[in-house]
Amino acid sequence: MLRKVLYIDLTSGESFIQERQELFEDWMGGTGAGIKLLQEECPSGTDPLSPEAPIILSIGPLNGIFPVATKTVATFKSPLTGELGESYAGGRLSLAMRFAGHEAIVIRGRADRPSYISINDSKVEIKDATSIWGIDAQTTGVVLREHETGVGRRSIIRIGPAGERLVRYAGVVVDTYRHFGRLGLGATFGSKRLKALVISGTEHVDVPDARRYKEVYNRLYKTAVQTDVMEKYHDIGTSVNINVLNWLKGLPTKNFILSSFPEGEKISGEMFAEKYLFRRLSCAGCPIGCVHIAALKSAFSTHHEFEVRKVSYDYEPIYSLGSNLGVESAEGILQLIDVCERTGLDVMSAGVVLSWATEALEKGLITTSETLDVPMQWNNVEGYSRALENIVTAPNEFYQALARGVDYAAEKYGGRDFAMALGKNEVSGYHTGPASIVGQLVGVRHSHLDNAGYSIDQKAAKKPMDPERMVDELIREDNSRGVFNSLVGCLFARGVYTEENIIDSLGAVGIVKTGEELQDLGKRIFEEKYKFKVQEGFDLSHVRVPKRFYETVSLSGSVTPETVEEMLRIYRKKRGWS
Amino acid sequence: MNRKVADLAGAKDETEMEARNPSTPEKEALRLTPEVTEAAAHKPKMRRRLKVAHPERCIGCLGCMFACSRIRRGTVSLQDSAIKVQTQGGIEGDFRVVVCRGCMDPPCARACPVHALEKMPDGRVVFHKDLCTGCGKCEEACLVGAISLGKEKMPIKCIHCGACVDFCPHGVLELEEVPVSGG
Repeated sequence: MLRKVLYIDLTSGESFIQERQELFEDWMGGTGAGIKLLQEECPSGTDPLSPEAPIILSIGPLNGIFPVATKTVATFKSPLTGELGESYAGGRLSLAMRFAGHEAIVIRGRADRPSYISINDSKVEIKDATSIWGIDAQTTGVVLREHETGVGRRSIIRIGPAGERLVRYAGVVVDTYRHFGRLGLGATFGSKRLKALVISGTEHVDVPDARRYKEVYNRLYKTAVQTDVMEKYHDIGTSVNINVLNWLKGLPTKNFILSSFPEGEKISGEMFAEKYLFRRLSCAGCPIGCVHIAALKSAFSTHHEFEVRKVSYDYEPIYSLGSNLGVESAEGILQLIDVCERTGLDVMSAGVVLSWATEALEKGLITTSETLDVPMQWNNVEGYSRALENIVTAPNEFYQALARGVDYAAEKYGGRDFAMALGKNEVSGYHTGPASIVGQLVGVRHSHLDNAGYSIDQKAAKKPMDPERMVDELIREDNSRGVFNSLVGCLFARGVYTEENIIDSLGAVGIVKTGEELQDLGKRIFEEKYKFKVQEGFDLSHVRVPKRFYETVSLSGSVTPETVEEMLRIYRKKRGWS
Repeated sequence: MNRKVADLAGAKDETEMEARNPSTPEKEALRLTPEVTEAAAHKPKMRRRLKVAHPERCIGCLGCMFACSRIRRGTVSLQDSAIKVQTQGGIEGDFRVVVCRGCMDPPCARACPVHALEKMPDGRVVFHKDLCTGCGKCEEACLVGAISLGKEKMPIKCIHCGACVDFCPHGVLELEEVPVSGG
């Protein structure tokens, strides 16, 4: 297997392919190769929205070859936090990169007019996208499908107006229903005048030992479909957690004023499944089909005329645009998700920005002259829809501030105690306890998926754990996910890829690793990421925790600043940073 | 989810055997009715045929395509799969699952100018690799698009082995038995 990096320069319009065998041997692929390429490409202090800031897309040695290894990682400098940007998307992108023959793609420069990149195997073209600049992310997909080849085996990734207008938490839509969300990759695309990237290929992969390959494949496939390791994802889906966390008092509600939502039943995963779910889809290479699509049918006249929109949903958007905004209907949440899909906003950040603004308006920190008379009130779906549109079009200073994230807006208007961000990234939907807070603070991309602190809290609620034990678990997850994200597997399938299965699947494609080597790799990847973070100004000893986390009772009871500080102290010590 | 994933190891061995050593009509009849060899003489001879039983249940995982190239050819490829899952209007649209219909009067074999595709009395179409020139006439002849040239510019043809059936998590595919002289 040749392991190649495709370099594309939008300024000059040139591209070339380089074999980087060593890079992939040392750093596996995916996020390991991604962070090293970022270090190579992004000098200290680079403006994340300048032509010099790179976009790196990378896959790992198992993508397209083994089941549920379905993700691609994007590595960049985050326009939201100013430090490490890292985001994962499924769909068909990793497959398309595999068969086009590129394990990593580095995009540099800035095009002189709106453009999109078309990749067919080793052929790379930069094409004019002027006529689609400004149109929504979904229609962009429809248009590009008509112009490009590779039906059924290609991937189309694109931004909406939010990315074009540099909203700092704009995402990139991948194959309609998946996303590079979080941390603003969409704005990086926009800053490069890059509307989309279409990729397909016709290559194949020959494995060294076909019999061995089939054996390992069958084992992993069986584990994925026949055991319960992925059960929750193929029935109700991730949204099954709405009811669970609501009952356990860990579901952030109305900007974390509450940790359970009295109307929670109305927006539960069960309700979505019963009333709106009409289809499930898979990323290429995954038999689970966790992508849940709802049909949102609404009448646009009194004569039985309807429009039907197909909207994908999951736990996080139901939290951020639902309970977090006091929205009491599944339909209302689907409408808000749909606005984010069309404009290309990250749903989680968008919801948290709106919940802060709602509370700021209630408290008089801002007035209707700032909101331009948009009624930002709990459960006001119409008001929130207009507010989301305004974040993108930014008609005044207030919406411009909202477009820069909740941390920035609270800095400007006040209300930092309830500006729900950790490491400047708007928080995910868990008020489970200290491990969730500390996990998002220390995580390389300040995401709940860095180390699953929310899960550690839930374990601790059943069987108490001391702070040190929690920190140990966080560190273990930090490191092991670095390895898994180098492969680049779907985190929902992490139960399938035990260390033994990782070693065997790598062996089947001719990569020999021991458990020890993998553990070491995880640690090294984490350290390289922190090097970048620190270089760009991140300082774990000066992180801000919104007071709201301590005021609202969590799933594990009241969280105190002392516990969080103690855990941070232990964490720093164990990482050798004291 | 349909959990009736057959014994995967078993399926693999069987299809590997099939690929290396295509079954004769006699073997086929014997295998399909192993317990009643006498009765078999009076029953119509049967063949196995792949069927898209529930196309609307497809989730687009492409597991069938990977199974085909992996199990039949020991490679990882979409081009080398005889079964094809196509999108229509992207992932938002309905999937189209294309399989060989096992025609009684196969246009692919008729179109082949060098008889590399040969229709057998038991209904199967056999591919003679040494005769093939890679002209692609077979691909043009099949309206459903079930035969196409793979990476070696040779036709990739379904042998109705059922390897894909075992890797469809939603029961889209079935292997049916039809009379050799009909269906």
